[in-house]
Formats: sequence, C-alpha cells, structure tokens
Amino acid sequence: MTLDAFLGHFNYWVFAILLMIGFYAVIAKGNLIKKLVGLSIFQSAVFLMYISMSKVEGGTAPILQAGVIDPIYSNPLPQVLILTAIVVGVATLSLGLAIVVRINERYGSIEERELLDAD
Amino acid sequence: MTIVFALFLLTLLVVTALAIVRTKNLFVATMLLSIFSLLMAVNFFILDAADVALTEAAVGAGVTTVIFLSALRLTSQFERGTLASSRWIAVIVVVITTVLLIIGTINTPNLGDPNAPVHQHVAPFYLENTEALMGFPNVVTAVLSSFRGYDTLGEVFVVFIAAVGVMFILDARQGTGPEYELPVDKGLKHHLIPRAVGGLLIPFMLLFGLYVQFHGEYGPGGGFQAGAIVATAFILYAILEGERTALKAFSRNAQMALIIGGSTLYGAVGVVCMLKGGTFLDYSVLMEDPVIARQVGIIIIELGVGMAVCGALLSIFHSFAARKPVEHAK
Repeated sequence: MTLDAFLGHFNYWVFAILLMIGFYAVIAKGNLIKKLVGLSIFQSAVFLMYISMSKVEGGTAPILQAGVIDPIYSNPLPQVLILTAIVVGVATLSLGLAIVVRINERYGSIEERELLDAD
Repeated sequence: MTIVFALFLLTLLVVTALAIVRTKNLFVATMLLSIFSLLMAVNFFILDAADVALTEAAVGAGVTTVIFLSALRLTSQFERGTLASSRWIAVIVVVITTVLLIIGTINTPNLGDPNAPVHQHVAPFYLENTEALMGFPNVVTAVLSSFRGYDTLGEVFVVFIAAVGVMFILDARQGTGPEYELPVDKGLKHHLIPRAVGGLLIPFMLLFGLYVQFHGEYGPGGGFQAGAIVATAFILYAILEGERTALKAFSRNAQMALIIGGSTLYGAVGVVCMLKGGTFLDYSVLMEDPVIARQVGIIIIELGVGMAVCGALLSIFHSFAARKPVEHAK
C-alpha cells in the first residue's frame, strides 16, 4: 500500500469507522437518548462520505471566480444534497427526542430494558 | 501541511465519537457531540464545502446541542448503563461490517481524483452554465434553488412536517390549573457573563443571519444557513430572558406564521411560474429578461426557505422549553 493510496482512502476509512461507532451505539446501548446520539454520529459519517466524494484535487469551493485561468472547482452536487440533509437531520432528530420525552413522562424511564419490563 | 491537518482532524473525529459512546453522562455526551460537529464543520471546510461547513456549524454545533439539552432537562442526565442486547454480538457485527466497508473502499477512486465517476455526470453542466443562466457565482446556491428546486421544496416540507409533528407530541396540555402555566421567568440574565456576552452577541447574530440570507448568491450562504443563524439568536434570547418573555417577544403564532408563510411562498413562486406559461419552478418566465427573472425567483424562494427553517427550529425549541418536567415517584 503506497502513501498515495493511504491518503486517498483515509477519509473513507474514517467514514466506515464513524458509521460503525454510531451503529454500535444504536444497537448496543439501552438508553434511548444515547441511541439518538448514535444515530446522529451515523448520519454525520454519511455526510463526511458525500463531501469527501465532492473534493477535486487542487480545487476550490464551487463559487466561480472571474479572471482565473483554468479554474478547478469541487463538485457542487453532493454539497447541495448534504446541506439540505443537515437541516432535515436536526428536524427529524427533534421528532425522535420529542417521542423520547413523552415515553419518559409515561413510563418514568428511557432505558429499553425497563420499558420492555414495564409493558 | 493541509494533509497533515486533515489527518489530525479526522483522527480527532474518531476519538471524539468513541468518547461519546463510552461516557455514561448524557450531558457530557451532548457537549462532546457539539465538539464533534465543529470538527466535522472544519473537515467540510478543508474539503472545499464552504456552504456545508457553515450549515454544520450553525445547525450541528448550535441548534442540535440546545435541543438535546432541553430534552435532557425533561428526561434524565445519567445513563443507567443497561445494554439492549449482548455487547459481544454487537461488537462482532460492528467489527465485521467495518472490515467489509474498508475492503469495499479499496477499488474506489482516490480522494480528489478528477476522473472519478461522480465528477463526470451532471456536475460539469452546473459549473459551466451557472454564470450564463443565473448571473451569479455561487454554484451551490444555483443548484439548490434552481437546478434542483423540486428537491429543496421537498426538504422544506419535511422540516415543516417535523416541526408540526413535534408540536403535536409536546404541545398537548399536561393538565389544567395554575401549576401548568409558564413559570415566572428564570432566565440566565442575573448571571453577569451570559448577560454581558448575550446582549452583545444577539444583534450581531441577527445581522450576520441577514447577511448570509441576502449574500447567499455571491458567497457561502443561503436560506438554510440564515434560518438556522437567526433561530440561534432568538434561542439565545430565550435562554437569557426566560420562556415567558421570549414567547411574548416572538409568539408561537408568529413562529407558525413563519413556517407556513415560508413554505407557501416557495410553492407559490412555482405556481406563479406555471400561471405565466412555464413549468413548475421555472423562474425564467417571471420577467422579460430570463437571467434577472431567475435571480428574482431565487431570492424569493431563498427567503421562503429562510423563514420556514427559522420558524421550524424556533418552534421545535419552544416546544421542548415550555414543557414541564414530570416528577416520578421512584
């Protein structure tokens, strides 16, 4: 494995590791808020993968500049998808938190084991 | 040098994520998540995504943290450490999937390879035609509001639905009687540092929000970022002055009007385009000169996005903040 290939794939490895750290919190932790924290790490990992794909070597942010000869710009499309996904992400996350708050009011607990026992 | 910095930041992201999963204190986890978002924003900036970095810093590090904290106020701060399933099965599944994902990256093009398939499809069209069709330089705003305007309209509706959903779940009355009225204000303004810093920051945050809103065609920014920044300024005001004063200054009805008005404004521009003989969200028919017409259309729909996002985030925050914690006899 050359240094070039290492640097060229490091972002994707971090994506894979972050994705699975978030996934671990979702499947292994019993606390409902901790599960949602895990879900937002999972989501951020996906964002990182999309933005890594949009990068072009030697490029700059896709805001056109006049008077530059042969400009290189990074890919704007993944950036647009992720920009909107971040805002939608916080909205859906708060919907999940709202449900957790109501579960806590009804059962007095947000631990999955205790909730299953209570029912 | 940038590469060393990027490697350092990415490693720091992994360390922070591990710390978030390990800690039993949910307050600590929330604050670490805020740091995680800021690191992520810096990473996005290094990867040339200025607009996304701005959004992640405002929404991820700002609004998400506040909403998590207000949810923690209504639940509990400590995790009891119970596990949902056998820890070892989860670890094995996670390790195997990580290895498979990393093996899957071996044949992908290197980071920044200009010949990667992702750069061959529609992206060159956007980069080449934005200047001629729209007359402004920020390609991200052009794609967001015009080339992929349908997509953004859908996202605004999702935010709208989520805000209404939170309202349905949390705004139900917990009971009648004086004990369920909003309490007398106990904001943070009697503490010196929040009062001094907050009072100084709020006007500039609003000003910066408006700048990001109306300068989004020429630099990083646009309706999503501006909506989040303005909402953060009002949330800071609510934290300083307490719920009652904040709701008097900016009532729930005004927030609802912002959400509905913003989404309707966006949709209405599309309908007007149809009435003038074009297709839905084809701004070029709005005026004589198609380039000016597109700019006008984009400014209006960006305003709609900003209003809807600001109203939705504020309304979500107030749904959490106005609710009373329920005491459980244990």
